[in-house]
Amino acid sequence: MQLDAKIPGGLLTEKWDRNLFELKLVSPANKKKLDIIVVGTGLAGASVSATLAELGYNIKSFCLQDTPRRAHSISAQGGINAAKNYSNDGDSIWRLFYDTIKGGDFRSREANVYRLAQISNNIIDHCVAQGVPFARDYGGLLANRSFGGAQVSRTFYSRGQTGQQLLLGAYGALMRQIAEGKIKTFPRREILDIVLVNNKARGVVTRSLITGTIETHAADAVVLATGGYSNVFFLSTNAMTSNVTANFKAYKKGAFFANPCFTQIHPTCIPVHGAYQSKLTLMSESLRNDGRVWVPKNPGDKRSPDQIPESERDYYLENRYPAFGNLVPRDVASRNAKMQCDMGKGVGETGLAVYLDFDDAIKRDGKDVIIKKYGNLFQMYEKITGDNPCENPMMIYPAVHYTMGGLWVDYNLMSTVPGLFVIGEANFSDHGANRLGASALMQGLADGYFILPYTIGGYLAETSMQKVTADHPEFKDAAKKSESRINRLLSIKGKRTVDDFHKELGSILWEHCGMSRNSEQLLRAQNLIRELREEFWENVIVPGSGKEFNQSLERAGRVADFLEFGELMVIDALARKESCGSHFNEAYQTEENEAKRNDKDFCHVAAWEFAGDDNEPVFHKEPLAFENVELSQRSYK
Amino acid sequence: MTSTTDKKNINLTLKIWRQNGPDNNGFETYYADDISTDMSFLEMIDVINERLTLEGKDPVAFDHDCREGICGTCGTMINGRAHGPEKGTTLCQLHMRHFADGDTLVIEPWRSRAFKIIKDLVVDRSPLDKIIQAGGYISVNAGKAPDANAIPIPQETAETAMDAAACIGCGACVASCPNASAMLFVGAKISHLALLPQGKPEAMIRVMAMVNEMDRQCFGNCTNHRECEAECPKEISITNIARLNREFIKSGLF
Repeated sequence: MQLDAKIPGGLLTEKWDRNLFELKLVSPANKKKLDIIVVGTGLAGASVSATLAELGYNIKSFCLQDTPRRAHSISAQGGINAAKNYSNDGDSIWRLFYDTIKGGDFRSREANVYRLAQISNNIIDHCVAQGVPFARDYGGLLANRSFGGAQVSRTFYSRGQTGQQLLLGAYGALMRQIAEGKIKTFPRREILDIVLVNNKARGVVTRSLITGTIETHAADAVVLATGGYSNVFFLSTNAMTSNVTANFKAYKKGAFFANPCFTQIHPTCIPVHGAYQSKLTLMSESLRNDGRVWVPKNPGDKRSPDQIPESERDYYLENRYPAFGNLVPRDVASRNAKMQCDMGKGVGETGLAVYLDFDDAIKRDGKDVIIKKYGNLFQMYEKITGDNPCENPMMIYPAVHYTMGGLWVDYNLMSTVPGLFVIGEANFSDHGANRLGASALMQGLADGYFILPYTIGGYLAETSMQKVTADHPEFKDAAKKSESRINRLLSIKGKRTVDDFHKELGSILWEHCGMSRNSEQLLRAQNLIRELREEFWENVIVPGSGKEFNQSLERAGRVADFLEFGELMVIDALARKESCGSHFNEAYQTEENEAKRNDKDFCHVAAWEFAGDDNEPVFHKEPLAFENVELSQRSYK
Repeated sequence: MTSTTDKKNINLTLKIWRQNGPDNNGFETYYADDISTDMSFLEMIDVINERLTLEGKDPVAFDHDCREGICGTCGTMINGRAHGPEKGTTLCQLHMRHFADGDTLVIEPWRSRAFKIIKDLVVDRSPLDKIIQAGGYISVNAGKAPDANAIPIPQETAETAMDAAACIGCGACVASCPNASAMLFVGAKISHLALLPQGKPEAMIRVMAMVNEMDRQCFGNCTNHRECEAECPKEISITNIARLNREFIKSGLF
């Protein structure tokens, strides 16, 4: 199958306008007759539900959490990028576009990324109008800060809680439409399957997490805004319920999965401290504005940081990358931290940490200024570690944080299944092989407020569909299959807990498909995952029944999908015989140990098609054409 | 109990509220042995639950998600205090180093007429969503906004609005109030929006609608006990309730 990304013709700067004009419109009267299912209530899901409802569509909104306001976007700390150039430092739509394409190591679509940069400004306008309390200068105008991979200051923020404030803005809009009667919410619902009728996405099977009831819902289109799959690693910065299940079910129903091996390892997280640990905590990248990263110059130096004089410290990012210093992109910062620790220069009890030091910033700006900027992050750090970053340098280490890979979508954000749209982190489209800081919030809201509401109209206007209800046999069949899978999980009654399997899967992937990879390790990982999956279906223990509130059963279903999905990640990593962005294959590196791309053979999106449970997935290629930027070796020196 | 302990591993007795259905409920005792003081409180419950699962027993149901203190999902009473003994801390950010070897902890769900118990420590907080639906937003459709810098907002105003907007909607204020009032939750939202120029056009309608809905959802009134402020993990100030009252009176007058 030839993948058609449906990128409009014409100049890069005019493609989106042209697309808007070429998309067919649904008349206001007809919108009222159309039902759309939106899964997820994070930035992308909440914003798209609200906006579609404002346009007149009828929305059913589903989420796992007890209320839409708790979706994991709420945890985003640092900020949201926009090309406003309020800082007058030479920013422009073109520069934001270029930084994002380059940051992604030239593995994303030019047209998508340019559109994202264009829309970035509308997002800030809309969020301010909603009452999002962004940080302001003394004159009352909006303040900005810098983030990795950029030399301009274009990041808007609300202290260290930008995601929370943007999400509460979108949640408010969603609540308003519920009051208007345009949105019906279904909280505490898990998606068990996507239902296709005549090869078009027409609904979902869900399970009520309170009563265990299996339900079916029909609509004219389905939107997945289900986030990323970082939790395949067990330990990640994602919320505990974040999962791949809905996306993986869509994959099994024919939606191609793109670039699953592109997983972002964030450089500034609190290091792992024990085997009982349930998740990792991110410290916002914004800290790298003022914090200096260092390790002792000599391996094995176990002195406390205040005993190590300047001359015996290695500020390795500033030394290796003088132009960007501590603000290199995330993949570069993470890999360098790992390299230092591998050389025995890591600090802390485990030796798997580096310092992030605010001493110079406090001396320069005063403690009050630094506390005002990062107070809540310092507080969070102190709560977890019992240590005060104003007195001792923070210790940080990389952790899995975000997934650039996701379901393949065309320019209109539709997957390879007609009528199934995918937005936000759940799709693959805008960040290439590495996402820059403060770009995830931008993409989620761009998709939700300003892209999908138009493009889905184009699909609905030009597609003739019969009304389908949940009584259709396809729904009954899907519900039955979902129920029998639940019964199977409950009937195994083995000897290992779900979490135990999940931890082992996570450690296999972290060791073999993490910050640095090679073919031999990846092959080993593939075997290990298969063995673990087999054992899971023979030896997992899931207490309780399917007809009640059962958190073990919820987790079992998600881990069962992760055990299949993990293998797909490894297969994708094996197939990409180059290094780019987050995907670092040791066989492909420059003399200076930087990622070495192979643009001749791998300048493409890898999109995988499900081919049955016992078969390898089928590889499809979407070539990436760069007409407006020159492919170059990324350099942050 | 709140004294920070130096010991690396501690032993605790837990009395946990178990409930599955309206009539099937009560405290059960569990022993948490050899608990690392670096663990978070929820990780300690994870350890108990892994053990119960392997013993073929029903693990304790509890709500949690981000485990970094921002989503507002977690929350139980520990010895009568919402989110436990540490000030300005959600349950997920509470670490075992704040407990001493040999402590007994009584762990209960949020208790309030408005929050029905779903199972064990899990309650239904959807009444808070209902209050927001009544008007906890600014009515602006996507596409209508002027340039973001068109309205300068004094830094102090923006910061005060942000102080109120930091509410995570966990319900600790309701759980710790003797009247089970949601006034701090409502006051925080009213303050956030009424302070900002964008929120002023709807301010009067909003406050009326939200207060009426709060009553309809069976939350009690505020009688200035200030338990909510003391237990709020985001340290939302009770001045927001004063502002709510001012806005409410203004709305009634004009």
